[in-house]
Amino acid sequence: MSKIEVSSPVCYAPDNELFACAAPRHYTVEQYRKDFPILAQQVHGHALAYLDNAASAQKPRMVIEAMQRFMEQDYSNIHRGVHELSVRSTDKYEAVRGTVQRFINAAYDDEIVFTRGATEAINLVAQTWGRTFLKAGDEIILTMLEHHANIVPWQMLRDVIGIKLVVVPITPEGDVRIEDVRQVITPRTKLVAVAHISNALGTVLPVAEIIKLAHASGARVLIDGCQAVSHMPVDVQALDADFYVFSAHKLYGPTGIGVLYGKRDILKSMPPYQGGGDMIASVTFAETTYKEPPHRFEAGTPAITEVIGLGAAIEYLSTIGLTRIARHEKELLAYATEKLRAINSLKIVGTTPNKAAIISFVMQGAHPHDIGTILDRQGVAVRAGHHCAQPLMEHLGLAATARASFGLYNTLGDIDALVAALRKVQEIFA
Amino acid sequence: MRETALDSDLRDLYQDLILDHGKHPRNFRVLPGANHEALGHNPLCGDRLMLYLTTDAKDIIQDVAFQGSGCAISVASASMMTEMLKGKTIREAETLFHYMHGSCTGAAVAATNIKEDDADRVQALAGVRHYPMRVKCATLAWHTMQAALKNEKKVSTE
Repeated sequence: MSKIEVSSPVCYAPDNELFACAAPRHYTVEQYRKDFPILAQQVHGHALAYLDNAASAQKPRMVIEAMQRFMEQDYSNIHRGVHELSVRSTDKYEAVRGTVQRFINAAYDDEIVFTRGATEAINLVAQTWGRTFLKAGDEIILTMLEHHANIVPWQMLRDVIGIKLVVVPITPEGDVRIEDVRQVITPRTKLVAVAHISNALGTVLPVAEIIKLAHASGARVLIDGCQAVSHMPVDVQALDADFYVFSAHKLYGPTGIGVLYGKRDILKSMPPYQGGGDMIASVTFAETTYKEPPHRFEAGTPAITEVIGLGAAIEYLSTIGLTRIARHEKELLAYATEKLRAINSLKIVGTTPNKAAIISFVMQGAHPHDIGTILDRQGVAVRAGHHCAQPLMEHLGLAATARASFGLYNTLGDIDALVAALRKVQEIFA
Repeated sequence: MRETALDSDLRDLYQDLILDHGKHPRNFRVLPGANHEALGHNPLCGDRLMLYLTTDAKDIIQDVAFQGSGCAISVASASMMTEMLKGKTIREAETLFHYMHGSCTGAAVAATNIKEDDADRVQALAGVRHYPMRVKCATLAWHTMQAALKNEKKVSTE
């Protein structure tokens, strides 16, 4: 337990192994846990086992302190003042664009648009790109696994311009098969909007193949990367994604900030999302001309401190390395899957081997909400519900599931606590 | 020691009476010819129940039944409610609703005009007051009953 973590400078390897060079050799999870002040507490008299990371991840001290330091030393509005603080704030804010660019290996930093979150990023694409380039009869392909945030914005667009939404089914294991995507792509398909990793089941979708297929028939692709960016290295150029969205709060960063990545030429072709300050080149009452992307899409004063927090979160992750986090979480997933399978009244929902560290499950005789309460009383935090994926739940014939989702700081001990707590559920509902 | 504390804590919520009604809900059926009905929905957990009541000319609840799915607390609450409501007037049902609602949310409500047996049952359900996230589970059926008697077709505890 005495391994000392040497904090390395932010470092980006050229290939898919982003951050590999910055990472120490051993995965010192106990050390990483100390970076998260919130984890060192008891809940209802038990050590907290936080297994609700797919809903939101906890924040390392590095993020908390970066935001506090920024507010104490540098804060002011950006892109406006000539004074020192405004210059500092603007520089730091804009520098995070570069951090995000490197994090997802975008070609240019102006391909990074800051939004309130992934939800706003998808709405932005629907309302700007969608309204500009789609017409009645055009089709958007979604999958059965999508989060409401990747369904409802397209429905709203459908109701305005009369496009059609086509849903790709899933296998009983929870996979999206590339053949099933091929089946529904037609010349009418203008966009394929899919999750990279399902928040409800943990399935990793074959997005690289989906993108190839979509591009071959001239369709654009939006990837909802909310669950992916914290679990695996993401390279938007290698994927050739047209749009890639994610939220900072699932990436150990603050709430209220997210990212829309869009290819430069596509962003340039899109009209503004909201009108206001900071997105204009010039305004007269007769006419307004807009700034170039990304600023065209960032009307008003943005979440400046939160952007600084997002940058700090990415830098924190770079000191560990996402490849190594992925490997650690794979271990957690394997251990948890084995332990949960051994509970005879429990059924894992989503059994594909292509999974990130998310396990949805149901138990005979115990409703997920009751499971959630009984687990909570033993210090184990899980999500119970429909996971904002009601169409998926309906397809599965379930009102809800319980979901344990793992993060970089979870231990095998957390899983043992989960299993012990589930035994109590069995006991009560025997 | 801790296990005991945990057990008594959880047993306060999951009493035998509640577990029994949760597992074997009474009056769990469609009620043909019901003159009041409403759908109760808790979008947070997906609980959904259809409640049916038949009242006569004197506003007496002649029969009451429900169907749906939900957690142990919401199903038990609906089941126990149907047993309590049978034979009551709409006015008495209202009084019981307020007693139930107050008991679950921690408001001090005197058991005035509440039968002792009903008060005991309500108090069993009122264990949820120590579980703020679960109060809606216990009260869903009751809000649905109110909506049904007012001829509102749907209620959502969002």
